[in-house]
Amino acid sequence: MADKRRKKDLTFLERIYIPEIIKGLLLTLKNMLKPKFTMQYPEEKFIPGGSYRGRPVLVQEENGEERCVACGLCSRVCPALAIEVQAAETQREKERYPEKFEINMIRCIFCGFCEEVCPEEAIVMSKDYELAFTSREDAIYGKDKLLVPVHQLKDRIEFLRSYK
Amino acid sequence: MPKLVVDGKEIEFKQGQTIIEAAKEAGNTIPHFCWHPSLSVSGNCRVCLVEVEKMPKLVIACSTLAAEGMIVHTASEKALAARNAVMEFLLINHPLDCPICDEAGECKLQDYAYAHGVGESRFVEEKTHKDKRVPLGPNIMFDGDRCISCSRCIRFCDEIAGAPELTFVKRGDRVTIVTYPGRQLENPYAMNVVDICPVGALTNRDFRFKARVWDMSANKTICQGCSRGCNIELWVRNNEILRITPRQNDEVNSYWMCDHGRLNTFKFVNADDRVDGPYLRREGSLAKVGWDEAFAAAASELKQFNKNEIAFIGSAFASCEDNYMLREFALNVIGSRHIDFMRHSDSNFGDEILRKNDITPNTMGAELVGVTPAAGGLNFDGIINSINEGKIKALYLIEDDILSANPELENTLAKLNLFIVHSSNFNKTTTLADIVFPAAAYAEKNGTMVNFQGRIQRLMPAVATLEQDRSLDGMAMSRLDKFGTRFDRWAKGNKRDVRPTWKIILSLSAAAGYKLIRQAQANMAEDIFEIMSKKIDAFKGLDYDKIGEKGIMLKIDVAEKA
Repeated sequence: MADKRRKKDLTFLERIYIPEIIKGLLLTLKNMLKPKFTMQYPEEKFIPGGSYRGRPVLVQEENGEERCVACGLCSRVCPALAIEVQAAETQREKERYPEKFEINMIRCIFCGFCEEVCPEEAIVMSKDYELAFTSREDAIYGKDKLLVPVHQLKDRIEFLRSYK
Repeated sequence: MPKLVVDGKEIEFKQGQTIIEAAKEAGNTIPHFCWHPSLSVSGNCRVCLVEVEKMPKLVIACSTLAAEGMIVHTASEKALAARNAVMEFLLINHPLDCPICDEAGECKLQDYAYAHGVGESRFVEEKTHKDKRVPLGPNIMFDGDRCISCSRCIRFCDEIAGAPELTFVKRGDRVTIVTYPGRQLENPYAMNVVDICPVGALTNRDFRFKARVWDMSANKTICQGCSRGCNIELWVRNNEILRITPRQNDEVNSYWMCDHGRLNTFKFVNADDRVDGPYLRREGSLAKVGWDEAFAAAASELKQFNKNEIAFIGSAFASCEDNYMLREFALNVIGSRHIDFMRHSDSNFGDEILRKNDITPNTMGAELVGVTPAAGGLNFDGIINSINEGKIKALYLIEDDILSANPELENTLAKLNLFIVHSSNFNKTTTLADIVFPAAAYAEKNGTMVNFQGRIQRLMPAVATLEQDRSLDGMAMSRLDKFGTRFDRWAKGNKRDVRPTWKIILSLSAAAGYKLIRQAQANMAEDIFEIMSKKIDAFKGLDYDKIGEKGIMLKIDVAEKA
């Protein structure tokens, strides 16, 4: 019969179990008394910091205009082909603007490449992580859902400026 | 042949060639902005500076004649340093607005800046500001800031278009381009300056901001504007043609095409009035039906008439394959001898450069494949007269809006008992038709056309249809085409239910109980051409591969045909 031995045989104290059980229960007791991290979502909301990559949004200036000039670089760099941009002409100083800007949130993988490549700091990752839709059509976010006033995005823009 | 050495490689050149020409022929393209192979040498951009041994200073490759035994270095330390310096100099006043510039992606300055630029600017002063968004003419927008003053556009207007409309004004860093007082940039070839502009200073107003060049696919085909048949590329995104650019073919159109061809020969393909399935006239109006129903109806209707009561009209807008099948159908299935096509000519259209008075792309082809009256048959005017006299009661017309071309035909066509039309779009002629088959437009099919020189050239598809897939049928694919799924809006471009005319005629003859060609032998336009190459002397020994992308001259006496 083969000699079946453990790598380390239990000592006598370990073999009687009682002290080990007490040790385990002490650990549980210690953690019970520590402060809690669990959040009662959705009653209680998690507010991430500036480094968080939530859904990408378009920056809207205080005067209501988008920063985006529809250069199409985000669309080109997007590894998941989530972004569709259609440019058009405007009379503003920057003569080009997005007539249509759509992000397919089913395709989006939150990589942040669009934000990194944007020459105008016009598309940034927001803190919004609550994304739910019930059909493919609802998952396509147009300009109405994408435009977010610049003051709501201060955290992220500051983060980008300090680390980009 | 004399020889010179470029970058350690000995190359042959012809006497009189410049260094840049000799090097280009040997496959070594020296960077250049102002030099263009078919324009005069101006030598003002300085980016083609190269080092030639035993010459005290660097020389510009575009205006230095190649000489026997010359040793040229295009990438030596000295040459590269000079090129980098020139690039830095050009970039001093060039705005950093690639994101809003239409040229981005096909911009020489962008490419060379990527290859030679230092990556950042040492220039801290204010850049010069010139006029932006200046409409130089009805189709061209000028941005003074972006201009690098290469003078290509000025030389094009002077030398190729023969219409001196542009000039430099002011000097130094204030130099800019204007039209002469009271003039506009509106010669018939004006938009070629958009193609030759190495930067985004001149943009196409028709295409401005419509799409990024990297989102489109470029598909080679030929222009339908006149019988020149300029070689072109169709730029397609989401199955929609967005612009046309010329493609170099020294035998036909050099590097150029006219504005009419560029602006007016693709919009009908995208139009909303496309015929999107077969239509039958029921209770006075056209109603959409299935293909089989339409074939059965056309076949049984045609049987109502004596063979001499049916006439056929081919088209100089349709390919050789289409016209050939129509002829076979007329002669062998119906047995009618009345077949001809309508000539379209505009004496105001032609010029000495590219445009021809014959405004159809395939007159010569239609004649060569025999869309002309058979022995004892009536020609076009004869057919019209016979319809008026009531001798011809049925007319089969392909791909030609004869009523718009000649409004006087309205009463004649109204007299027909049966009028079958193949058409890509609903037009005046289809309003009188009893049966309308949806014909694939030139951008949706393979085929061949013969231009006025007697040169046979290929049509190649750029737009997918219900039965012609972009990837399976070998069309150019953009990244969006490759990776789009049916759930993506940007890949859902309209695919129309159209078929090429030759295919419609084959199915119709099958429905009439006659096998024109065994179906197994005719799946593609190429198969029809193979049959034609055996039966028509002018096409002997040719196939699609031999014709290639740039066409081939037929061995025919052009003067006799024209």
